[in-house]
Parts: sequence; C-alpha cells; structure tokens
Amino acid sequence: MEIVVSHPRFYWGETGNVLTTPLFKIPIPSSRSLVPTGYGYVMPDQNGWSRALHFQSAWIVVFTGLLYVIWGLVTGHFRRGLVPAKNDLSRRGIWTVIANHLRFKRPSGEQAWSYNVLQRLTYLFVIFILFPLVIWTGLAMSPAFVSAFPATVTLLGGRQTARTLHFFITLALTFFLLVHVVLVSLAGFRSRVRAMITGHTDTDTEGA
Amino acid sequence: MSQFSRRKLIYTGLAAAAGVSGLGVAASLAQKYGLVPPDHGGLYGLGETLTYASQRLLTRHSFAREFSRSQISERPLANEIAPLSETFKRLQAGGFADWRLTVDGMVVRPGSFSLDQLKSYPSRSQITELSCEEGWTYIAEWIGVPLSHVLNLVGTHPQARYVVYFSLEPYWWESIDMADAMHPQTFLTYGMNGNVLPVGNGGPLRLRLPRQLGYKSVKFITHLTVTDSMKKFGKGLGSASPEGGYAWYAGI
Repeated sequence: MEIVVSHPRFYWGETGNVLTTPLFKIPIPSSRSLVPTGYGYVMPDQNGWSRALHFQSAWIVVFTGLLYVIWGLVTGHFRRGLVPAKNDLSRRGIWTVIANHLRFKRPSGEQAWSYNVLQRLTYLFVIFILFPLVIWTGLAMSPAFVSAFPATVTLLGGRQTARTLHFFITLALTFFLLVHVVLVSLAGFRSRVRAMITGHTDTDTEGA
Repeated sequence: MSQFSRRKLIYTGLAAAAGVSGLGVAASLAQKYGLVPPDHGGLYGLGETLTYASQRLLTRHSFAREFSRSQISERPLANEIAPLSETFKRLQAGGFADWRLTVDGMVVRPGSFSLDQLKSYPSRSQITELSCEEGWTYIAEWIGVPLSHVLNLVGTHPQARYVVYFSLEPYWWESIDMADAMHPQTFLTYGMNGNVLPVGNGGPLRLRLPRQLGYKSVKFITHLTVTDSMKKFGKGLGSASPEGGYAWYAGI
C-alpha cells in the first residue's frame, strides 16, 4: 500500500502516467508532488524500504508456497482435504452449506474438523488461482523479468494492466485473510491455531 | 510428544547441517559468478541478492521489449528534478557545446568526449518503455550511442566489474555491472523521438537502461568510471540509491 501512495492512479494497457487518463484514482494524498491529488501536501517518501520489504516477502511467499504445494501434492492433502466430493458439488450440496451458514448453524464433531464444500472451493481458488496470479502480475511489472519472458506481460495486455490486476488481487487476498481470521476466531481461536501449527486436533478441549 | 524419537532427531540434525553447508556453497558460488549485489548487507540484503542473482541468471542476454512507432507516448513525461545548478545553466546557454563526458578508471585509454564526438559514432535507436519505480510508464524512441561502443574505444581492463556513472548534478550517481554496461540496449542517449533529448528527459546526455527502472537511467551524464569494486565509491553500497534506501539493482 505504501508503494501505491507514490502513484495512487491506475491505468489499463501498456503505458500510463500523470499526462494520461487513469482508469481510476484513489482519493489519497501522494508521496510525490508530481501527482495532482488535489491535496495541498506531499507525504514523506517511504518507497525504498517498502519495496525492499515487499520483494523480500515475495521471495518468502514463493519459497514457502512451493514447499506447501509440493507437500500437498505428494501427501495427497489437496486430493483428500481440499478437492470437494462429487455429490457435495451439486447445487443442493452447496446450498445446504450456505443455508447452514445463514442460520448460524455450527458444524459439530467430525464435520467441524473437515472443510465443507465452500471452504474447499475457496482454499483451492486462493492457492491455485489468486496466489499464482499475484506472482504472475507482479513479475509482469519487472522490466528485467519481462525482457526474458515477454509473454508474461503481453498476455495480460500491458504493464499498467498488470499493475491494476496486481492491486485488485492483493485486495482479494487481504479480504480472504481477514475473513479467514474472523471465522477461525469464531470457531475457537486457541484450538484451531494449535491444530494449524501442530497438525493435531484435540476435540476434547474444543472451546466453541 | 513421543513422536520425536532419537532417529527423527538425528535425521533433522543431518538435514539442518546439509542445509547450512548447502547455503555456504551457494553463497561462495554466487560470489564467484558475480551474483551478489553491492548492497547485499542489511535487513533486506537477502531479498536484494535473490532478485539480482536470479534476474542476472535469467536476463544476461535478453532484450527489453521494443515497441512500434505507433505506440510511442504522445507526451513523454519529464519527471521532476531538483533545480538545475549554475554550471548546468551556463553549459545550456552555450548550447552544450562545452559538455564533456570523461571516462577513466580501469581503462587503457582514459578520454574525454564532446557531444559532437559522441554523435559522430554509429547512432542507434530503440523504442522502449521507461518504467518508474512509482508505477508510471511511457514509451519513447531513444537515440544514442551504445555504451559498449565507448567502452570498447577506451578499452576496459579484464578485471573490470562495474561502470559507475555520474550526473553533472550533485549526489546523483549509479553503477551497473558489465553485463548491463555491455548490453546492446544500454545507450548514452542524446536524442528522443527524432529530436534532441529535452533537458526534462535528461538532455543533453542520459544513460538509458531499459531493462531497469527509471531511476537507474541517470540524467545529465558527465563522467564514467570503470572499476572492479564498489567499496571505494560513496558508502560502498553501489550507488546513491541504496544510500537513500532504494535497491542498487532495479530490474524489478
């Protein structure tokens, strides 16, 4: 977000700058006086360390993400834990889950420790669609990377399109993270987090 | 916690030892093949090193995308610059006739070049995009002489590793490795879109480097130095950018 502050305008296509018409603007002050924001002041420039943190974090995401995906494929975690069963995928199966949610009916026992069809679809979407897309659109903004693999940006329709998509996918991932944490808290924060870290469930101490 | 058996402990220990020695080997190999940037220290040094090393492996011979004439931006954005110095204004008043580019350091024949001399060398042009780290971009035709042509004229020593380039304006200098310096798209640029390069875009002479972000393309170039180590320059981080918190290598 800090990096967006230096140019809170988004474009579509290959090129875009303060002399061209943006797709949309974020109504915040900028850290560059070049950008006409309508505010009378310029924010301090924090782009240097923000970019360094961003790219180092990106490397960590790529490495842990690769390990996770390889582990998930090898152990069959994705097949058993995330790919929905055929009969759950029916309109009726999905509707049952939605209806239970709307009635605030909590799953209990065995069911509470397995993912329902909506959770499975969401996780698959985040792992296999959103994360690869956010990495792809990020790389498509790198002038050196696209010199070696120009199709990564031309397929998207240009560098500014990549930047705009990168922004929206980031919003989607942030939204997923927030909802994820809220739902984990509702399901019993301590026992769930313990289960995430150790991989063991202890249904006797389930709090919620 | 009975599952932590002695055997498991031994395997974990062996794996950790292998991992640490693997990292050691990787680090010395990276050093040997010039994959470690001058700003590899500090909190974000690991990220900078991974980016530089992987992009250097992937992009040593790749070319920045070139565009068609119809894709040239209508108005090439001239980014803000600090007020120009008296020296610059004096040279500008004289039509830059006295502008000089001096080349020294690890070269066989140190030299000084006027703009007319640079323009007498085979001229090249490229229609490439300028990408600012802030996010904005524009496409222009850049006209100049490849830096490699000038470096070949002065003759670099075999142990040369970096070319350091300085603006006439104070505290504005960068450096690049030899792979970028000898790259055919790295230009000493004096023209844009068929005309003289405007002062706002870096005229009379800008080092243009389309495979890196805009801030590596320093404006108002007057001095080049060829060196084998960046330790002697500034704070030893490679250029003015890391001293201000920005990455030395800006391919991303």
